[in-house]
Amino acid sequence: MRKLIIATLLLLSPAMLMASETAHLEDADIDLHDTASLQRGAKYFMNYCMGCHSLQYMRYNRMAADLDIDEISLRENLLFGDAKPGDLMTNSMRPEDGEKWFGTAIPDLTLVTRWRSPDWVYTYLKSFYVDDTRPYGVNNVLFPLVGMPHVLGGLQGVQQPVMSEPHDGGEAVPVGVELVEEGSLSPEEYDTMVRDITAFLTYAGEPMKLERQRLGLYVLLFFGVFFLIAYFLKKEYWKDIH
Amino acid sequence: MSAEKTENLDWLNQRFPLAKTWRAHVAEYYAPKNMGFWSIFGSLALLTLVLQIVTGIWLAMSYKPSSAEAFASIEYIMRDVDWGWLIRYMHSTGASAFFILIYLHMFRGLMWGSYRKPRELLWMIGLVLYLVMMATAFFGYLLPWGQMSYWGAQVIVNLFAAVPGIGEDLSVWVRGDYVISDATLNRFFAFHFLLPFVLAALVFLHIVALHHVGSSNPDGIEIKKGPKGNRWDEKAPADGIPFHPYYTVKDLVGVAVFLALFSLVVFYAPTMGGLFLEAPNFQPANPLQTPAHIAPVWYFTPYYAMLRAVPPMWGSQFPGVVVMFGAILIMFLLPWLDRSPVKSIRYKGPIFKVALGIFAVSFVVLAWLGMRPASDLSTLLSQIFTVLYFAFFLLMPIYSSLDKTKPVPERVTS
Repeated sequence: MRKLIIATLLLLSPAMLMASETAHLEDADIDLHDTASLQRGAKYFMNYCMGCHSLQYMRYNRMAADLDIDEISLRENLLFGDAKPGDLMTNSMRPEDGEKWFGTAIPDLTLVTRWRSPDWVYTYLKSFYVDDTRPYGVNNVLFPLVGMPHVLGGLQGVQQPVMSEPHDGGEAVPVGVELVEEGSLSPEEYDTMVRDITAFLTYAGEPMKLERQRLGLYVLLFFGVFFLIAYFLKKEYWKDIH
Repeated sequence: MSAEKTENLDWLNQRFPLAKTWRAHVAEYYAPKNMGFWSIFGSLALLTLVLQIVTGIWLAMSYKPSSAEAFASIEYIMRDVDWGWLIRYMHSTGASAFFILIYLHMFRGLMWGSYRKPRELLWMIGLVLYLVMMATAFFGYLLPWGQMSYWGAQVIVNLFAAVPGIGEDLSVWVRGDYVISDATLNRFFAFHFLLPFVLAALVFLHIVALHHVGSSNPDGIEIKKGPKGNRWDEKAPADGIPFHPYYTVKDLVGVAVFLALFSLVVFYAPTMGGLFLEAPNFQPANPLQTPAHIAPVWYFTPYYAMLRAVPPMWGSQFPGVVVMFGAILIMFLLPWLDRSPVKSIRYKGPIFKVALGIFAVSFVVLAWLGMRPASDLSTLLSQIFTVLYFAFFLLMPIYSSLDKTKPVPERVTS
């Protein structure tokens, strides 16, 4: 038997040698239970992002219900134009406008943390740097040649790229950023703001996540009891089988 | 049972063989008493099929099979339909669970020699079930209309284009268009709805065939050929026990464990780290933007790795397609490839044990290789493990007759 296990491990060893390497992402460290953080994230999203990025699978009133936002606050602060509480969170940006103004159709962000990841979104929002060759004067370490301007630039300040030092004579590429001129927020305040936005987008990607985790516990408890009953029933029936 | 009830059942039994069928297939179907742990996966697969059909019908009530609306209708189910998220996660997890169970069920068949005479046809019906199941999964995977749905389907339908001569026309005929499109989505939805009922019919045949030849067991002994007479029936096999209540209560324990594990995934890891629900599939299908890396869902990746392992020959990918389908079709020959005098791995010699071990490892490694972007190393590894996969079958007539077997006992052991 031991020989078999060793043989199996030897056969599997090539798999272990080929571990993948991924780009360095900062830990977003979000907390979906922190309703205040989600509320702030919603506020920032509506004020800074929603002009271009929709949340077209999410409804305002669902967001309000999940984030403890009362209807008056929702209507007065978060609904713009003729949007109704039951509407999907769309905007008036047409895909062809996005292509004309930013070079690409502007993605809906409802599920962005699911096809990227929360860490990706968090790191992305912190990775803009000054690049005069780009139409909006900024580029992004995580998303080279990004079409989006640094909407939060006034808050974060100005960042310069940190270039790689290729030892084989290749071209240096941006691998990080450093703040050279502070914006209206301190770096800590900016991190908190970006974390709030990431938390809100993570919530929007799967609004039922906390609900399913809460419910799962009861389901598992049920199957635990079910297992015990089934197990002793089986034991009782099988005791005369030899 | 009260007199009145019996009377009602008499009326029914005179017109429909309810009691007779119940006795023949459940209460007086005698299964070997030593089947043990590995016998559970057939029952669990049947449970999962039912689960998939039920959740699938409820999903179909809110799903829109159109390229303009499909993606949004899934998010509608996830957010606006009452319990829609639960039904959807059960269905997506169920698809992977079904394949895990079937792979374990087939592995059990390999261990017990369940494909050997008189169960050749039972094994082959099972393989047809597996093929139809793969087709169902393939059609279903397009329906969410995400990036991976779209490009995965594009890659797989293009396999048909590799058939010499008629390939291009064949792939257009399958798609109903020159690219994966609304027409493709509509027909895939129709097939995805139909095939589960074909599966149910094949399961019926599988069980009829099983109950005709009798269940196998870890000793690989035919209890029908052994002594007769047990506590319930003097003509029944001595080593058999009635399926109900013994195996129904036993399977109930398995059901509890399985559903607990299933719930663990549904409630705490529905994407299973991108294995059960792939991250690119949270982006709507975009025919103009190919994802950086296209891979089918994990249960197809062993075959995908084999496809990529075979280099194009005469300017055609067709040999790879042949190898890929050959990997499944060769299993149909298994009953005649095994020349061992014994059925079960328990009495087979070391060569078979090692061969089965290498085969199982090859399958897992190929699955893993098929998920990864192609590289020179992964192609080489895929080639090695594809050869090992086929060697298990092709060399079996030789090694199974050389192998040193142990004597098989007269009666089943506990």
